[in-house]
Amino acid sequence: MSLSRLSSRSNLIPRPLSAAISRLISTDTTPITIETSLPFTAHLCDPPSRSVESSTQELLTFFRTMALMRRMEIAADSLYKAKLIRGFCHLYDGQEAVAIGMEAAITRKDAIITAYRDHCIFLGRGGSLYEVFAELMGRRDGCSRGKGGSMHFYKKDASFYGGHGIVGAQVPLGCGIAFAQKYDKEEAVTFAMYGDGAANQGQLFEALNISALWDLPSILVCENNHYGMGTAEWRAAKSPSYYKRGDYVPGLKVDGMDAFAVKQACKFAKEHALKNGPIILEMDTYRYHGHSMSDPGSTYRTRDEISGVRQERDPIERIKKLVLSHDIATEKELKDMEKEIRKEVDDAIAKAKDCPMPEPSELFTNVYVKGFGTESFGPDRKEVKAALP
Amino acid sequence: MWGILRQRGIDGGGLSLRRTRSASVSARSYAAGSKEMTVRDALNSAIDEEMSADPKVFVMGEEVGQYQGAYKITKGLLEKYGPERVYDTPITEAGFTGIGVGAAYAGLKPVVEFMTFNFSMQAIDHIINSAAKSNYMSAGQINVPIVFRGPNGAAAGVGAQHSQCYAAWYASVPGLKVLAPYSAEDARGLLKAAIRDPDPVVFLENELLYGESFPISEEALDSSFCLPIGKAKIERQGKDVTIVTFSKMVGFALKAAEKLAEEGISAEVINLRSIRPLDRATINASVRKTSRLVTVEEGFPQHGVCAEICASVVEESFSYLDAPVERIAGADVPMPYAANLERLALPQVEDIVRAAKRACYRSK
Repeated sequence: MSLSRLSSRSNLIPRPLSAAISRLISTDTTPITIETSLPFTAHLCDPPSRSVESSTQELLTFFRTMALMRRMEIAADSLYKAKLIRGFCHLYDGQEAVAIGMEAAITRKDAIITAYRDHCIFLGRGGSLYEVFAELMGRRDGCSRGKGGSMHFYKKDASFYGGHGIVGAQVPLGCGIAFAQKYDKEEAVTFAMYGDGAANQGQLFEALNISALWDLPSILVCENNHYGMGTAEWRAAKSPSYYKRGDYVPGLKVDGMDAFAVKQACKFAKEHALKNGPIILEMDTYRYHGHSMSDPGSTYRTRDEISGVRQERDPIERIKKLVLSHDIATEKELKDMEKEIRKEVDDAIAKAKDCPMPEPSELFTNVYVKGFGTESFGPDRKEVKAALP
Repeated sequence: MWGILRQRGIDGGGLSLRRTRSASVSARSYAAGSKEMTVRDALNSAIDEEMSADPKVFVMGEEVGQYQGAYKITKGLLEKYGPERVYDTPITEAGFTGIGVGAAYAGLKPVVEFMTFNFSMQAIDHIINSAAKSNYMSAGQINVPIVFRGPNGAAAGVGAQHSQCYAAWYASVPGLKVLAPYSAEDARGLLKAAIRDPDPVVFLENELLYGESFPISEEALDSSFCLPIGKAKIERQGKDVTIVTFSKMVGFALKAAEKLAEEGISAEVINLRSIRPLDRATINASVRKTSRLVTVEEGFPQHGVCAEICASVVEESFSYLDAPVERIAGADVPMPYAANLERLALPQVEDIVRAAKRACYRSK
């Protein structure tokens, strides 16, 4: 098997790789069946099997990609503390299994839309580390050319529709994308991701109602990390069984720290949505960081709880154990991989730091697609004016 | 300062380019064979033609399908195009507007109807944060070719929650285009342009204008007819005072101009057509000609469309002004129900006449 097959799925495997790693990823496609750690809990549907089809290739990809995501988020933490990232920065470390499991089950024609905790989803859709760091630092080579920031990453060519700052808004938007997929007969689905905090939003139920009425291929994915900012789920929701909240819409509760469970659930959901309309997936997951970089994350939960999850349920550790137990790689090889990842992240950051900020003229670009030459103004309208192209 | 001496009578070259029909006068003095069309039919035909031309265009809103449209603007479209192009939604503005914007993200061209723009407030986050700002935040990756349309402003006796004008609110947002037709030609040309436009457009109609008939040219009836976005129309040429307004108030301004003409004041009436982009060039050119400005709108006065126009003229044409700028707007109160109070809450022709005379330093 050639590397190119992997590369076409994701550009997360850079060249050149160490010889040992390339050997592992490229040559060994032995199928493996993995049992999910926990059974699925179903609402109005029959849960999928706990046996997940995988391969050595996939196991290694999972490990590598999640380790990359983890390192990226930790590096972002440092950059934020160094004041190179400004404003809001919501980190995803702990939740990587959701992003990676989902990608493994779907194609780039299937769409994903999420809220503001979007760095790893963007990476999973094929975005590059450089684009991530450049955008976070507001540089011109950022994925949104420095004009979006942490909460506004997009990759339309990979059907990733952002990147949204208003809690819950992305869910109707996602159902709208699903509407378009059905309208255009694309045989594709949309995963609209949201948190346990957003799960109580009225517009979510409005969108779910319409999706069910019109049979839209929308999959609502609740990333339940148990805290909506500083508010624990039991304080915000009368019923924190988010997978059941769709009432007449089927749902599945999934161990979100198990990438294989996520993959199986997403595969199941895609098949369901294409035939029967909307379904809800509740991913039981956890974020190690606080809600954002302004939140220490320890005023509303104990440090024991956080370290407990890290010890018992960390998604990367789980994959690592599987890789080792299946003799796919040695400890040393995995450590080397992690070293490579660290270097890759550091290189991307260094390159992003060197990237210049956007030109001042970019203040006035992309306001419209067609501006008709209309005038736009800076703070002193007699001083700064532009004609919008 | 100086009174204006004008000869009575009509300035031959400067009379209105198009005589518009007031609701109370049935003037049948048109050239033989000229057509008329109601604003309702104009809007309906515009949507129909654009749906026919582009399969990505679809209509969505409450009662737009089986009910034939709350105000019959979408009449016949469900029968003609079927339920895959015309969608009746539940009464959930936030949900269906979000769905419309998401569909536009993915390349479709939704025409989303708000039964009135008062209900758009339930969905305003999607209009502004999801639609208007997306092209900018994504640096051009995600454009939103959506039209939000429906009746705006006061109707008759519908009370405070159903009478607000949203022109100023939406027109303040970069990334949105805001259009307000007056005549049937405006309705056709601007709606077709809006549907074809790759950016989000807020299309502010007026319920009381739906039933009004206007003459319409052959050109305007053609299916390729479009009006440019961002260009105002001079409905009536004049040289003593510029009256700028939009939507229903254009009709009032034209009536005011007739009354002013009887008193020797030649008013130039500008129909904005486009609130955003605002045609500052046309407005300022006119004021530089007349030296006086009266702005008229139905909406609340504070921070309104008129305020923006006045500021623009004072900034750009200060030395041309011979009088303070004038604003005629809706009263600074929620809309009352009683007919006499409602009348007091809305601009009337006599208000526009009075303001124009003030600008001309003419006493009553």
